[in-house]
Amino acid sequence: MKRFTYDRPQLEGGAFSLLEQPEASVIAGGTELLNWMRLGIAEPDHLVDIARLPGWGEIALDGETLRIGALATLNKVGEHPLVDAHARALGEACLLAASAQLRNRATIGGNVLQRTRCVYFRAEAPLTWGCNKRQPGSGCAAIAGHSDDAAIFGWSESCAATHPSDPLVALACLDAEAELHSASGVRRLPVCDLHLSQVEAEAEGEDGATAENRLERGELIAAYLIPLRPASRSTYLKVRDRQSFAYSRVTAAASVELEDGVIGALRIALGSVAQRPWRLGRAEQALVGERLEEASLLAAIERDMEEARTLPGSDYKRRLARNAAIRAVMAAGA
Amino acid sequence: MSRDTQIREQPKTHEVRIRVNGEERVTEVEARTSLLDWLREAIGLTGTKKGCNEGACGSCTVLVDGRRMNACMILVVQCEGSAVTTVEGLAGPDGELHPVQRAFSACDAYQCGYCTPGQLISAVACIEEGHTGSEEEVREWMSGNLCRCSAYPQITAAVMMAAEELGR
Repeated sequence: MKRFTYDRPQLEGGAFSLLEQPEASVIAGGTELLNWMRLGIAEPDHLVDIARLPGWGEIALDGETLRIGALATLNKVGEHPLVDAHARALGEACLLAASAQLRNRATIGGNVLQRTRCVYFRAEAPLTWGCNKRQPGSGCAAIAGHSDDAAIFGWSESCAATHPSDPLVALACLDAEAELHSASGVRRLPVCDLHLSQVEAEAEGEDGATAENRLERGELIAAYLIPLRPASRSTYLKVRDRQSFAYSRVTAAASVELEDGVIGALRIALGSVAQRPWRLGRAEQALVGERLEEASLLAAIERDMEEARTLPGSDYKRRLARNAAIRAVMAAGA
Repeated sequence: MSRDTQIREQPKTHEVRIRVNGEERVTEVEARTSLLDWLREAIGLTGTKKGCNEGACGSCTVLVDGRRMNACMILVVQCEGSAVTTVEGLAGPDGELHPVQRAFSACDAYQCGYCTPGQLISAVACIEEGHTGSEEEVREWMSGNLCRCSAYPQITAAVMMAAEELGR
């Protein structure tokens, strides 16, 4: 790992000025950044440690909102009674992520800024194959190679990577907003709009492989704000190769509001199928007023799945994602 | 101007106060020094093992302020004022083994032993956290510690035995 300077500002104002240095990077838990630095994915000259900013790890109710500070660890979020009561899918997603040790260190702010687990991306420099994320213009070895981890929605010829975060999918399903702080103030952004698919990035004139989210330089995720919906129940389903401590093949978060067995409101987000959480908007609308039954879910969710474009290795995800979505909705409504 | 010369003036090392197995230490480290490398190379506590060095195997598990973490994923500079417990800190001052160590021995919960220090620390935390309600729960909450000899049934039994002895 190359040398860097290290500062631990006491207050957020200090963090913003330190982050104005060129090649500066934020560290909190560090469970992702340190691996980037070992692999050559990131080579910051300066680390700004925000892990001790006062109040940034708190979880509390604020009016009609559950506020989750970005420095809360995954275990803290996963085992917090307020999260269990108001955002169950998020708590489940946190506890299904990583291992007990990593969850004691990793923060929910940093977790959504993980980068893809694509094996062609996550290797030690120098790479001897193409990866447009690592070396823009070098091509995408995954599209012609082992594509079983590839996206099935929103990917382009430049990159077919997925986003690996579990909590991100739950936050997207729960209509959470991210509270973003920077030297110029505070703004809110729906978590659903925080990340970009490759197709979206290119449509906005950005590079499809490297433009992954809408955070501005020097901007920090300070908290997530989850609207309270007392009539809704949510759950999170993770499908993976082994039962624990593994990244997902496909995940599904669902939030259901039932009135006498009839769906009053429904939200479904899929994970590991795109570089962003993938909401099933058609099914969410079509199923309102329907009874909670597998047959009607299947028909509605199939319409969202028509948009999927698969590679030879990723074709299995189309059916797996559909079935995961159905199971998650049925479990949330059970 | 090369990138190195662009780095603004800052001392090449940082002074860090850190308590290890009850002993207060003041150390000078480069910012890039991991807690794992420092424990092993700087203060000679080689019980904590370096397996994957990327947070995947759990063999470097230590307690930081009472919580289990992968020492390879922590910089020493992040530990200012923290208390760290390694496997060397489990036994009593007279050398009496910790109940978790005794249970691992009684259950034969290892073969080559390389992962054992991390398993022991993780087991102590797992019991303290209250995640020993069933074998299934133990397996889930111990999944961050890989054992390539695959002594998992014996490890699970040892954690359950120690939890019972410790009244959890």
